Amino acid sequence: MIAAILQYDFLQNAFLSGMIIGVLAPLLGVFIVVRRLSLIADALSHVTLAGIAGSLYLSQTFVGLATLNPLYLGIASAVAGSLFIEKLRGVYKHFEELAIPIIMSAGLGLSAIFISLAQGFSTDLFSYLFGSVSAVSRQDLWIVVIIAVVVIAFIYLFYKELFVSSFDAEYARASGLRTKAIHMLFMVITALVIAASMRIVGILLVSSLITLPVAAAIRLAKSFKQTIVYAIVFGETAVLVGLITAFYLNLAPGGTIVVTSIMILLIAMLVKKIATKRSV
Amino acid sequence: MIKQPLIELQNISFQYDYTKVLSHLSLSINEGDFVALLGPNGSGKSTLLKIILGLLKPTTGTIHLFGEEATKFKKREWIGYVSQKANAFNGGFPATVKEVVASGLTKKLGLFKRKAHNQQTLIEEALQAVDMLPYLHRNIGELSGGQQQRVFIARALIAKPKMLILDEPTVGVDQENVAIFYDLMEKLNNEGMTVVLVTHDMTVVESAVTNIACLNGKIHYYGPKEGYEALTKEQISVWYSYSVEQEDMS
Repeated sequence: MIAAILQYDFLQNAFLSGMIIGVLAPLLGVFIVVRRLSLIADALSHVTLAGIAGSLYLSQTFVGLATLNPLYLGIASAVAGSLFIEKLRGVYKHFEELAIPIIMSAGLGLSAIFISLAQGFSTDLFSYLFGSVSAVSRQDLWIVVIIAVVVIAFIYLFYKELFVSSFDAEYARASGLRTKAIHMLFMVITALVIAASMRIVGILLVSSLITLPVAAAIRLAKSFKQTIVYAIVFGETAVLVGLITAFYLNLAPGGTIVVTSIMILLIAMLVKKIATKRSV
Repeated sequence: MIKQPLIELQNISFQYDYTKVLSHLSLSINEGDFVALLGPNGSGKSTLLKIILGLLKPTTGTIHLFGEEATKFKKREWIGYVSQKANAFNGGFPATVKEVVASGLTKKLGLFKRKAHNQQTLIEEALQAVDMLPYLHRNIGELSGGQQQRVFIARALIAKPKMLILDEPTVGVDQENVAIFYDLMEKLNNEGMTVVLVTHDMTVVESAVTNIACLNGKIHYYGPKEGYEALTKEQISVWYSYSVEQEDMS
């Protein structure tokens, strides 16, 4: 396996971006879960699909755009989607969760139109939906690296503001913190992570890499910092085990990564149960 | 010594869509006061608190905090806020007492500064003040209602505020802890802290409170506790059944 990684560029791209995403998705995921935004991540991934499908259609139709990396439009639509969700949550103050089905169906509807307009691009699309070991280009890897730097800097600099506004939003506002602005930035960052992750795990499974390691970590961790560390360890393990399995068994990595995450979650739940029984 | 007014409300009115909640309310709270805002459910207590904290904008009227117009007032860390325990946070939140108390420093530290140089000492001092130091590494969700409330007071105290504002501090707290709570407030007040608490708990009258504001749509009484105690039950019950909407109709 290591020899193969050293030999093939595409494998290096997949493993390096996989390892970066294994850190990013659960790191941001901890904040997404405690802010109760898990479903919003799912809605955003569907908007990203619309951008990807739109870009694939454009590159098929216009020769000048043939080399356009679909990730760019994917990122742009995810960011636009995140801002639109916030707008909707403001409009429907008493039914904030309405933003999710609205954005999700808009994303899927647009995707369906672009896919049928292009009448095809099935292999490309399949890799975007469920991830791919072989389709990650060097350019994709660089995009992931840049997003990683932005996201880690954001969380490092705004850690205490993110913590206090996640734990007790009213207290944060009463303290005079600019919670709205921080939340808006947070949503844009979420969109970036979703766009970065989808090359490896696929659009349909992005939210699982964001939420499953966190679900396992919450069962075991005693503190917030510990939750972050556990979530990253679980996410990273799932990505590595998933990518290796996908490579050897010729499967879509999205599937193998998610199944590994589920197994980690089950083990975490079991460990918690045993620990609770022992302490009684 | 002339005491400085820390909160000055003038002619405050507020309404949610079509429901009028507060009507032409004026109130001034001075440095060193221990004020209880008393009122029945739906009297506008929480609304008034939110207006003071800048969470809601009044329909009319002006607010001054520490002598400065509220919208221009930047030293929010001077006001320590203790939110109502029951709905303040998600009980499953994975955080330790230490992390929660440290979060009280967020505004004081300002953007991009990750922690205070003596953060550990500040956390321990704040927890010591509420007698919760042994719980430093415990998960916040595992504590009882009374203990959680003391942690939230420590979170407010860590920024060394000049005034504490507490929303329904005795809801969901057992009798023994209510007594401990009022003792703690008395101690802080004696040390110079201005304390404002909103409650429908009448036992507050027994405690170290110096002033009482009786609120139901507007201020019906505001003055020393002794004056409130001298009022007849009939008078208080008339105020408690008062409605701002009725006044408009008449």
